[in-house]
Amino acid sequence: MKTRLFSLGILLSGILLFVTLTSQDQSEEAPPPDNYECLKCHGKNYYSFENEVTGMKVHKKMNPYFILNHQKYNQGVHNSFACIDCHLPEYETYPHAAELKLEPQYGCMDCHGDDPNYAKFHFDEISIEVEGSVHGNALGDDFKCEMCHNPHYYELGYSKDKRIEEIVATANNMCTECHNYSQDKFYLLSDSCAGNQDITHSWLPSKELHFKSVRCIECHSTISDSLIVSHNIVEKESAVKNCVECHSTDSRLMSTLYKHRAKESRSKFGFINGAMMNESFVVGATKNYYLNVISIVLFSFVFLIILFHAFLRIILKK
Amino acid sequence: MSNRIYLYPLVIRIWHFLNALAIVLLIFTGLSIQYSNPEYPFMRFDLAIIIHNYAGVFLVVNYLLFLGANIATGNRKHYKIIVKGFISRLFVQARFYSFGIFKGEKPPFPISQQNKFNPLQQLSYVAIMFVFLPLMIITGIALLYPELIPAKIFGIGGVLFTDLIHIVSGFFISIFLLIHLYFVTIGKTPLKNFKSIINGYHEENH
Repeated sequence: MKTRLFSLGILLSGILLFVTLTSQDQSEEAPPPDNYECLKCHGKNYYSFENEVTGMKVHKKMNPYFILNHQKYNQGVHNSFACIDCHLPEYETYPHAAELKLEPQYGCMDCHGDDPNYAKFHFDEISIEVEGSVHGNALGDDFKCEMCHNPHYYELGYSKDKRIEEIVATANNMCTECHNYSQDKFYLLSDSCAGNQDITHSWLPSKELHFKSVRCIECHSTISDSLIVSHNIVEKESAVKNCVECHSTDSRLMSTLYKHRAKESRSKFGFINGAMMNESFVVGATKNYYLNVISIVLFSFVFLIILFHAFLRIILKK
Repeated sequence: MSNRIYLYPLVIRIWHFLNALAIVLLIFTGLSIQYSNPEYPFMRFDLAIIIHNYAGVFLVVNYLLFLGANIATGNRKHYKIIVKGFISRLFVQARFYSFGIFKGEKPPFPISQQNKFNPLQQLSYVAIMFVFLPLMIITGIALLYPELIPAKIFGIGGVLFTDLIHIVSGFFISIFLLIHLYFVTIGKTPLKNFKSIINGYHEENH
């Protein structure tokens, strides 16, 4: 009897917990946009429709570039948008009219440019940097923000909660999606071959560790004072190859990868390069102020004692 | 009259020379890496890293030889501290270095085949060879493969923790080297003990 009561108690507690959790989720989330009609086809690898001419049901594979991962979409900053907020409302009818493909699409700057609401992101400065970058010079207007920043899934890269490894992985994925020897996306924009990163970086000691710990742009872009992330990607010949630019007290990483955290931790009394001390380790750049002082004092003390001892030996010998 | 004893066989002298070479290289390259500065490059960073890594691996091999030789031979007796009365023997030796040496007193624990180290030497050699050098070697090997180090150790970054132990051990080994080099000058003449580690013969100081 006791066992039954115990089981019933656990069951009721479980139901109560489930109801509480689900009701909290529902109350905190914004109402999702009504994208069901689009995702019926564009959310899957295969889609079906009835051919009105033949009267037969057709089952076809979706073009992979037109598939939307709705889970990733819901995590992105644009998750409150309905598809037709950016795409033409005519897409709501199927089959889609062929001329829809020729309609101009919204770019990032159409919404974010010149808008004081987004001033803190410095979109206009980013646009100027991209125009002057190796991508802008090679491709001109054909190089668009969305080639690196997928507007469907875009998440803010920097938040205090995000670990450096996550930031690095997300950033480097943007580069390696195209700059990847084993995939063919590079050829969508260029007639030349994508370099093999393992070969082009063979000079770099602990290559894999670098790839995992820092972003490509740490070495492949200029330092920007006003932007959190520099968008002025430079030619490979101008990339940083001097180790001490990062591996020194005044590390370049404090103006790049750790820039967003440096401001708060630099002011903390105690450690120099505090941001790095807390989250990661860079040989030559991570230093402990107190250990430095203690070591210099101890070393000087020992050295002075030795000098004094040697002095007494010489004097008293005479 | 000087009393010559053959204290350092050739194999020990070669081992000592290689060990000293590796340690000096490791200290210089280690300092260059730790205090790297683009404006005052003591040594090119990547070159310092390569030399440091090779010298470190060499030191590990040399240390294993030291361990093996001490296990296989009777030399390990020199590192065996007899606890009873050790503190008082330390004070006697410290008193000699602080006062007696200036008055021309004889060393309280003269060097012999059976007793190569005085109590202070014994303590410092044991600390270096069995505490700081093993710590240095273990953390050094870990830093060669940083991807294998746990992300967090005692609440701080694993690589940072490992590096802290590495550089603190390195610091004490550097202090030891400084004191060691000075004490070598306390011979019959300042260069006499340097000659001993080259020709193998030790001469009584007094």
